[in-house]
Amino acid sequence: MAEYQTFDHDVLIVGAGGAGLRAAIEASAAGVRTCVLSKSLLGKAHTVMAEGGVAASMGNVDDRDNWRVHFADTMRGGQYLNNPRMAELHAKEAPDRVRELEAWGAVFDRTKDGKILQRNFGGHKYPRLAHVGDRTGLEMIRTLQDHGIHKGIDFHMECTVITLLKSGDRVAGAFCYERERGLFKLFRAKAVVLATGGIGRAYKITSNSWEYTGDGHSLAYHAGAAIMDMEFVQFHPTGMVWPPSMRGALVTEGVRGEGGILLNNQGKRFMFDDIPANYKNQTADNPDEGWRYTQGDKNARRPPELLTRDHVARCINREVKQGRGSPHGGVYLDIAWIKEKMPNSAEHIKKKLPSMYHQFKQLGDIDITTQQMEIGPTTHYMMGGVRVDGDTQMSDVPGLFAAGECGAGLHGANRLGGNSLSDLLVFGKRAGEYAAKFAKDHGDVSIDMTYVDEIAKYALEPFGRTGEGPYQVQHDLQDMMQSRVGIVRRQGEMEEALDGIMKLKERARHVAVDGNRDYNPGWHTSLDLFNVLTVSEAITRAALERKESRGAHFRDDYPEKDPTFATFNLVIRKGPDGEMQIAREPLPPMRNDLKQIIEENK
Amino acid sequence: MSTATFRIFRGERGKGEYRDYSCEVSEGMVVLDAIHQIQAEQANDLAVRWNCKAGKCGSCSAEVNGMPKLMCMTRLSTLPLDQPITIQPMKTFPHIKDLVTDVSWNYRVKTGIKPFKPTKPDAPDGTWRVYQEDVDRVQEFRKCIECYLCQDVCHVLRDHHKHDEFIGPRFLVYVAALEMNPLDTADRIPDLRKQEGIGYCNITKCCTKVCPESITITDNAIIPLKERVVDRFFDPLSKLFRVFGSD
Repeated sequence: MAEYQTFDHDVLIVGAGGAGLRAAIEASAAGVRTCVLSKSLLGKAHTVMAEGGVAASMGNVDDRDNWRVHFADTMRGGQYLNNPRMAELHAKEAPDRVRELEAWGAVFDRTKDGKILQRNFGGHKYPRLAHVGDRTGLEMIRTLQDHGIHKGIDFHMECTVITLLKSGDRVAGAFCYERERGLFKLFRAKAVVLATGGIGRAYKITSNSWEYTGDGHSLAYHAGAAIMDMEFVQFHPTGMVWPPSMRGALVTEGVRGEGGILLNNQGKRFMFDDIPANYKNQTADNPDEGWRYTQGDKNARRPPELLTRDHVARCINREVKQGRGSPHGGVYLDIAWIKEKMPNSAEHIKKKLPSMYHQFKQLGDIDITTQQMEIGPTTHYMMGGVRVDGDTQMSDVPGLFAAGECGAGLHGANRLGGNSLSDLLVFGKRAGEYAAKFAKDHGDVSIDMTYVDEIAKYALEPFGRTGEGPYQVQHDLQDMMQSRVGIVRRQGEMEEALDGIMKLKERARHVAVDGNRDYNPGWHTSLDLFNVLTVSEAITRAALERKESRGAHFRDDYPEKDPTFATFNLVIRKGPDGEMQIAREPLPPMRNDLKQIIEENK
Repeated sequence: MSTATFRIFRGERGKGEYRDYSCEVSEGMVVLDAIHQIQAEQANDLAVRWNCKAGKCGSCSAEVNGMPKLMCMTRLSTLPLDQPITIQPMKTFPHIKDLVTDVSWNYRVKTGIKPFKPTKPDAPDGTWRVYQEDVDRVQEFRKCIECYLCQDVCHVLRDHHKHDEFIGPRFLVYVAALEMNPLDTADRIPDLRKQEGIGYCNITKCCTKVCPESITITDNAIIPLKERVVDRFFDPLSKLFRVFGSD
């Protein structure tokens, strides 16, 4: 039996984005020994990329807002596949979580009367997103980081989990490698919180970084937890399409929130042509009303550019497919036009959207205060994830929790912009709180070292091989998922993808890596393949099973919503034979008072 | 499509050599794209840090033709591609491998700085009223993405290795953001003078020049902090007060 550097904690948190850091702060406040594992350096997780803001019904800009409206908006956006309890808790607790950040040093943009400023965003009835220009995520992660480092939490940076460990039915810790030396580390813990973020690296065009290979989804699944809603992958409508190397980089919805409009190559504002029936009452029917909405007119309805992301992405896709796209395969996003409406528009745009201005200027030679942007959909967010209890965030595996993007339930079939930053605060806190409680209520765990040795051996196998490297397998998977399980899906193509995934799994089992264990990205990629292939298979199987179109999931062969599919989530578990099993499980019941809130807000 | 040569430092713990890789160049490419292409096709084990690839996370700092840069924000069209492009790790931090350095010193330094300590909430709803004009300056400092390029270029750290006596421009900006936050009540001026070593900075403004977020580090953060230190410790009148005062 090999010796590994071993660490003991009560609560082990995997991931150091907003959800992981918020969970860690809460767990350590409960007085338990808390440790955070971070795949990258601290402060670099994907939360840093979030631009638009954090949704919380504080009502600072429009006092008609309250948790009920936020709840109803979230449920409508999720096409009612959401876990209503999570949507309720989220809407109720988000304002306190945002104010708490201010008490920890966050410096949000202000209203004229000195409160936290809130902006409009897609699918939110009132201006609801607390923000800092278009770098809200940076403000949040830095605040949580700078607060957390003084709380006695142990941090292990550049440390990646290979597998979760169990003690009987319970989770017992994680087995990891650290990047710098490539050495293994063994973490024993009474409770584990997964906060690993998304799955964007399963696709070619994505706003996600190398880290987002569905680690939490895959770790939980292989540890015996259920994952669900995997068919719902959010394609953000506005990613950069040019220059080629920037393809997929996010262009914040805030551009549209500030009055940006979408145009096709004929200069036509096409979003007015296709407004879904359930949003008709809330959507402007002329450009002037839309503009007034973005400028805070409480009597105006929102412009169709601010419809939910799934819908806007599909409209853009349609324009491009039907030959009305821009030269590089997107459409135009125009904020420069507001010069017709305000004298100092250039300064206004730079103030409201500084990092967008900077990003286009520096990387695309485009001045967004005078020129149109070319944009198109990009893989952005995973609604699906580990199935958790709405109150505690615990999965089916005792002691294993999940929060943030790698958890499922809050967003249903489609997430509203801004609900992710609030999700990670609300449920990061809850996961930390209940993981600490679980650790206090339960005794020590023991670890099966034979299994650990097996995994250690498996992890080092790529070094002994010759042949294909890991990057080609990764690129082939990304190409395939992009073209066959993307925005518009069809039975035959997805069956080909499933077949392709099985072949890629075989290739992944034989990849070879060069060099030694010291900071070796090739080796790390070879290990990530296991997770990204697991989630790709789950996405494809769930997307095949849902024979309708709903939220972010669009089937060309079943283009309509089907009421029979409105009653269940698709839940995936690892079967006794090691194969993926998919089941239709009824939605959690909704209380009558919550049903009434939805009716009142229709 | 043309090709360019990238002369990349390969090696571990400071020992190594520059190796040339040739790479196809397409429109709009940045240095990090070239590195990724080389990593995927020619050198799978080439060590490099990166995350967002959009200038927001500050992970991919390196020295490109001798200049501290974010590789994701450095377009190839701004470089002379008829000569090899030299890419080396940041010099100020201990080398790990290839383009990756050990920046953990920065994390330790931050832990030593007094954290944010707010005043009591002043509004009836238990929060604060703060006006935009009072936080504009602080928000400029909080744009920092912690790429540590300012630390890399600072001669006090880079050439004189005063890591134990000087916190560097990044953390002077950090202290400035706390000191100028209208809600903060902690006093960091004595620390600035002593263990944080603000006196070492002789305002050559190299840090300001390399900041990818265009934070006016020297003029807006460091100089005002130096003034606060001077006012507190070197102003003859207040010195007199201290001598005869209650402390």
